[in-house]
Amino acid sequence: MSELKKQNTEFKRIVRKIFKNPSAVLGFSLLIFFVLVAIFAPLIAKPINPMMLDDHGNPTKLDNPYIMPIITWSSEPVPPSAEHPFGMIQGRDIFYGVVWGTRTAFYIGLTVTIISTIFGIIIGSISGYYGGWVDEILMRITDIFMSIPFLLAAMVLTTILGNGLDKVMIAMTVFGWMGAARLIRANILQVKEEQFVLAAKALGVKDFFIILRHILPNTIFPVLIQASMRMGSLVITAAGLSFLGLGAPLGYADWGSMLNFTRNWILGTSGSTFSYWYAVFYPGMAMVLFVLAWNLVGDALRDVFDPRLK
Amino acid sequence: MTTFIVRRLLLLPLIVLGVSLIIFSLFQILGPDKLLASYVNPNVFDKLTNVELEALKEKYGLNKPFVERYGKWLYNALKGDLGWSQVGKEPVLKAIWSRFPYTLELALYALLPVVGVGIWLGVAAAVNRDKFLDHFIRIVAIIGWSFPDFVFGLLVLMIFYSVLGWFPPGNLSQWAEEIIKSPSYLKVTHILTIDALINGRFDIFWDALRHIIGPVLTLSFLWWAYLLRITRSSMLEVLSKEYVRTARAKGVPEREVIHKHAKRNAMIPVVTVAGAMVIGLLSGTVIIEVIFNRTGIGRLAAEAAVQLDYATVLGSTLFYSTLLVLGNLIIDILYAVFDPRVRLG
Repeated sequence: MSELKKQNTEFKRIVRKIFKNPSAVLGFSLLIFFVLVAIFAPLIAKPINPMMLDDHGNPTKLDNPYIMPIITWSSEPVPPSAEHPFGMIQGRDIFYGVVWGTRTAFYIGLTVTIISTIFGIIIGSISGYYGGWVDEILMRITDIFMSIPFLLAAMVLTTILGNGLDKVMIAMTVFGWMGAARLIRANILQVKEEQFVLAAKALGVKDFFIILRHILPNTIFPVLIQASMRMGSLVITAAGLSFLGLGAPLGYADWGSMLNFTRNWILGTSGSTFSYWYAVFYPGMAMVLFVLAWNLVGDALRDVFDPRLK
Repeated sequence: MTTFIVRRLLLLPLIVLGVSLIIFSLFQILGPDKLLASYVNPNVFDKLTNVELEALKEKYGLNKPFVERYGKWLYNALKGDLGWSQVGKEPVLKAIWSRFPYTLELALYALLPVVGVGIWLGVAAAVNRDKFLDHFIRIVAIIGWSFPDFVFGLLVLMIFYSVLGWFPPGNLSQWAEEIIKSPSYLKVTHILTIDALINGRFDIFWDALRHIIGPVLTLSFLWWAYLLRITRSSMLEVLSKEYVRTARAKGVPEREVIHKHAKRNAMIPVVTVAGAMVIGLLSGTVIIEVIFNRTGIGRLAAEAAVQLDYATVLGSTLFYSTLLVLGNLIIDILYAVFDPRVRLG
């Protein structure tokens, strides 16, 4: 009982510390806002197809709400209006894309971060715990993977697997585990010689359980902080690949591929391209705020859990 | 120190070899049929019969076991033959070399504002801790750090090209392009701005500069924010050290305390993150070159990736990775020079 109470006050202390920091509050509020937008996307931007009417003359439901419905066949950007508050590009409603793109961003970011972090933890734990030649080999492999620039590596693997969002995610996972692996290895090297680990070993506890029950709980926090700070850059990379035309398919509700539409209009010859500002501004701002939210949250967590790094 | 450098230099080809092995293996996912398509002119490829296809697979060794194929590729690569670039329409190695000066020019120009402005603002923020200037710099920095480069690039294009007409995309204007092609124009370094100065053509120099400012602004924006944050936190740590207090107590002027005593020591962690920065600047060139329509290895790689140009992608990835490993080595050496406490074993 008293143990529980102690944990409770510790939790309260952390929450209080976070809410004393205005930038942390901003970060968490932005994040909550994006979570709400993602959850209530079907209510905020109704997934209906105005070009396809049912027998009663009402618009039909979209088969796949992540494919932005085509509203008009004219591809030229249309400025914001009451009906389409963020304007339209390539015949598609930008507001719809921004709202549903939130789900895409969470989906990509969380999946890649979680899987690559788990993979990194496994590699790093084995490497740090066993040491010796196992460590040497795993760490040299890590070095090699780190020697390929991330964007380029993701680009190469995506093209090989064939374009698409799932391929982008696989590519980013394959080349995204090294940071976590190195961090957890360094931490394990520190913890490995502590009394409680040696005691467990002496009692004959299996290696797997020592790592899982004794070592990881003592080394996991820095890895989680690092993961939350990586969310932002992963979403940027995925959007960058979509922007290059490698990621999400045409018309998918994804911030990066919406900007890909815009690119052609901006590099166009006419001097009036600034009148297309909304086509860059809204998807671009959604991305900036999303990444900002994760960076602020990551900063806040780091300040609370690891004051040395402040 | 010497042993460290020699050991790292010996390790370098091994790492590059490892990179080539990884990328080469990844390409094997495509299977022999798709790989073959990247060897043959697409117009011819569609008309080939099955028998002819099998013969071609035999010729390029695509039916051979993996080790043999990799060995053959490696043998050719060591001779300098990385294959034919369909995107560049010349041998891969030549395509990369001819574009390298453009990418180098961009990265070097971006490095200057990153290092200069980043460190300067980082120190300013730390010295004015918790004052208005500090908060302001930090807010701008974290927003800058959250800006995807292609969003920023599009905004730069829209404002400085479309509205103001200052910084056009591309490398040079049409007229300058013509002059450069003429045989009387000396090409010493192949770096546009430097060559222009060597030839005494200030108009071309100005034109090249106008074209590079936009991309440099975009490429450096994100990284000065990063460097600033590191400088600030490192500077704060140093400023709270005993010897800084001692210096102040002795009556050393504040300016001197900051710039002579504190700043030098605060630079050490900054050098360590320079590695991450070099990687970032290099990868950044890929998207920046595409957005601003510039010639360079980054755009070559991006176009090759979209068109599945096997040889070019492999070659340019290897080239980037080699640059990265070399860059990290130089930084490690610099680190040891800066901080005598570091022992290199």
